[in-house]
Amino acid sequence: MLILRKFARDLPAMLGLGIVLVVVFLAIFGPWLAPYPQDAFQSHLLQRLKPPSAAFPFGTDNLGRDILSRVILGARGALKVALAVVGAAMAIGVPLGLLAGYTRGFVSELIMRVTDVFLALPQLILALALAQLLGASTESAMLALALTYWPYFTRIVQAETRRLSASLFVDALQGLGAGTWRILLLHILPNALSPVIVRATIGLGFTILVAAVLGFLGMGATPPDPDWGLAVAQSRTYLPGAWWFATFPGLAILVAVLGFNLLGDGLRDIADPRLRRSR
Amino acid sequence: MAGFVLRRALLVLPSLFGLLIVTFLLIRMVPADPAAALAGDNATPAQVQAIREQMGLDQPLPAQFLRYLGDVARLDFGNSSYSSRPVALDIRERLPATLELTFAALLIATVLGVPLGVIAAVHHNRWPDFLLRVLSVAGIAMAAFWLAIMLQMLFAMRLGWLPLRGQLSVGLTAPDGPTGSVLLDSLIAGRLDIFTDALRHLVLPAVTLSLGGLATITRFTRAGVLETLQKDFVGYGRAVGVPRRRLVWIYVLRNSVVATVTQIGLLFGGLIAGAVVVESIYDWPGIGSYTVQAILTADSKVMLAVTLLIGLIYAVVNILTDMVHALIDPRLRDEG
Amino acid sequence: MAVDTLAVTGLKVSIQGDEGTARILDHIRLHLAPGRILGVVGESGCGKSTLIRAILGILPEGARVEAGEVMFEGENLLAFSEAELNRNVRGSRISFIPQDPYLALNPLFTIGQQLTETLRWHAPALRSNAQRRARLVELLRRVQLPDAEGALDRYPHQFSGGQRQRLLIAAALACSPRLVIADEPTTALDVTTQQQILVLLRELVTEFGLSMLFVTHDLGVVAELCDAVCVIYSGQTVESGPTAPLLKAPLHPYTRALLGCHPERSEGFAGIPGAVPSPLRAPPGCRFAPRCAHARPACSARAPHLLTPEPGRQVDCILYEQDTVPA
Repeated sequence: MLILRKFARDLPAMLGLGIVLVVVFLAIFGPWLAPYPQDAFQSHLLQRLKPPSAAFPFGTDNLGRDILSRVILGARGALKVALAVVGAAMAIGVPLGLLAGYTRGFVSELIMRVTDVFLALPQLILALALAQLLGASTESAMLALALTYWPYFTRIVQAETRRLSASLFVDALQGLGAGTWRILLLHILPNALSPVIVRATIGLGFTILVAAVLGFLGMGATPPDPDWGLAVAQSRTYLPGAWWFATFPGLAILVAVLGFNLLGDGLRDIADPRLRRSR
Repeated sequence: MAGFVLRRALLVLPSLFGLLIVTFLLIRMVPADPAAALAGDNATPAQVQAIREQMGLDQPLPAQFLRYLGDVARLDFGNSSYSSRPVALDIRERLPATLELTFAALLIATVLGVPLGVIAAVHHNRWPDFLLRVLSVAGIAMAAFWLAIMLQMLFAMRLGWLPLRGQLSVGLTAPDGPTGSVLLDSLIAGRLDIFTDALRHLVLPAVTLSLGGLATITRFTRAGVLETLQKDFVGYGRAVGVPRRRLVWIYVLRNSVVATVTQIGLLFGGLIAGAVVVESIYDWPGIGSYTVQAILTADSKVMLAVTLLIGLIYAVVNILTDMVHALIDPRLRDEG
Repeated sequence: MAVDTLAVTGLKVSIQGDEGTARILDHIRLHLAPGRILGVVGESGCGKSTLIRAILGILPEGARVEAGEVMFEGENLLAFSEAELNRNVRGSRISFIPQDPYLALNPLFTIGQQLTETLRWHAPALRSNAQRRARLVELLRRVQLPDAEGALDRYPHQFSGGQRQRLLIAAALACSPRLVIADEPTTALDVTTQQQILVLLRELVTEFGLSMLFVTHDLGVVAELCDAVCVIYSGQTVESGPTAPLLKAPLHPYTRALLGCHPERSEGFAGIPGAVPSPLRAPPGCRFAPRCAHARPACSARAPHLLTPEPGRQVDCILYEQDTVPA
């Protein structure tokens, strides 16, 4: 209860929670909320590049589509990519981390060295290279991002597992004859969960950001998807006249990523009272 | 100090070696048969075989790896399929521009980020802290490509205060010089007009690139200062009447920047990667825009060389970071 | 009669925390005559550090002085502004010797850099850094630090615990203070070093004409060093008086129990039943009542009475109201 009260008093974290809830809400109900849901695909060449007005609060794009609608519709794609990537990265990273943390010897060493090398590789460049190799599409962007994000989970889970398996209660469980996987899944994993949740929350924001970069560079979403990064890329030809075209989709990225990061920070403060904040 | 540096350097070698193995495996595994790919669709099996022997692909993997190590040691990465010039030459020409950009960004991030972090910590859980926390998270959350476009739109297109793209105005050429950096070489040559022009071109890309780092440095400095403020020597300083301002900005700050220095080191690698996007938007003639070109044209030799380069920079920066730590903390120096 | 160097009366300090308000100091009373050493004795958690912080005006965030006076040479320090305290009190007229000399020194700066800092602000007569260093070296010789000249350019981790404490003692003397507050300065040291430091402090008090407030939990140290004693239990002064009679014939049941706990001074190790109450849930009236063998209902009904059973001695206990000395 004290923790909840503390969290509720953390204004930035509450702001983050609010934003995340709005993004999730838009992702689910977007098609019913957008003023012109059909603008996901339809173009209206007669009303190209109209500045913001009552009818089009964010203006229209180069194909006459309502930008507000496309920003709202873009939430679903962004969240889908983020959830898939973080889910996949956890599916790879968490078991490897458990294994590397609980066992000692060659396998554990190998996993951690590979993790180190992957962490040292420039993530964006690796993701770009993989996306290029697999062909530009949302799916290959997701795969590329998942393949570059798993080491973060491995490292966290490994550290927590090592710490916990050195603790007394694991000795006690081993004494009682509990099996390795039983100890790992029922006793260690739940205890290691809070840093994983924090990392996953921040990872969701980070993935939305990198996916937008891939979209911007033409390595992610393909037209006519209502993708935020893609929209900013398309807007470049029409600047500085159509300022709204670049501004609003970019703001959407900023606000969404901000929300996840603020929430992640707040959760970290609760999980780790030692105030240390990493990226 | 020399022994200290040497020991740190030895510690970095294994991860560099790991990087070499990973890159080697990537290029050997990704295209199923590089010789066939190189020979083209109409090649006869004999031609493919000849290419294979020429590339050393018929030898066992360890031998191939040794050959690869030799190539890397001689900085022989082959020719770029895009520019048809040796990759090493391209990189040598472009590296100074990227270093110029990243150092400028790092400078901005440090000079602003450290004081902002201290201010946030001193006002812990009051409005300046909340504001700076939200702003610093926003800095990390902001897509660099979007910020770049917004800045271009405002300062270059609308207000016309700063140039839109490139490293120098049309008609100006950088003087030849020992460093390869336009800023330094124009200073050495005494061409202040070129220097000023280059500086004006640097502002927007450097500011764009600095933002994420600025946010990170602010956050780490804040956390470090908060932690240090709990230390006994701060209480002692207060008890013997040292003004709080002086305690914080001189004594606390020095202890707090230890964590920040590590971050600055890590950031440097991140900045070089971030330069990929920023350089391509501002047409900055550095490694970043070169990489984007290489990726778009599937130029695997360039991608390989760039990956190795960034790995190497990472390692060097790590050693430098440790050296700075030893300069800050006398206890580390005494360990030897 | 000369004005007391330090006189604290009716001091109440509370801290606002997550779980509510805790009154850390409930009523503190102490008097330190010029040229004397007053021992402030209490278990850990009784509010000793808060008392020091309240006197120096460096209470942590959330802490507040509710009532009371801190008179230093006739002036109420609680009425001073932060700037006045910094300019005219802390580090200059009142100096401070910390509990843990290792933690009190910043590991990243040389001894000289840190110790000249106080002189920079509080010894305007010493204009240059060289003069400040000369003054420190002179004092370091006086506190018998080996290699006094070289010490200023070394770092804290290059000294032993006893040497570091000598450094900080020298620093405390540097600006010719009237009062030195010492916060358990020997706790972190081994017994031999402790002994040497105590001897040194005694000499310095006489030599420099200081008064000293010596905070400790160790009655043995008090017996050896202090002229007078003030015993604190859970933020309340329970008894005070000259050292020898107080230790010989303690009046307050808590002091008696405490002396009983001291293995060197009693035949058996008695101990006190129960535990020090949390200031969050402090009992009303006399806070020792729940653990006191002589407690009566009246003890928890109102604040303890201040009584002066013999000249110079004071005790805050209901037992002495009728002059009945309990068996």
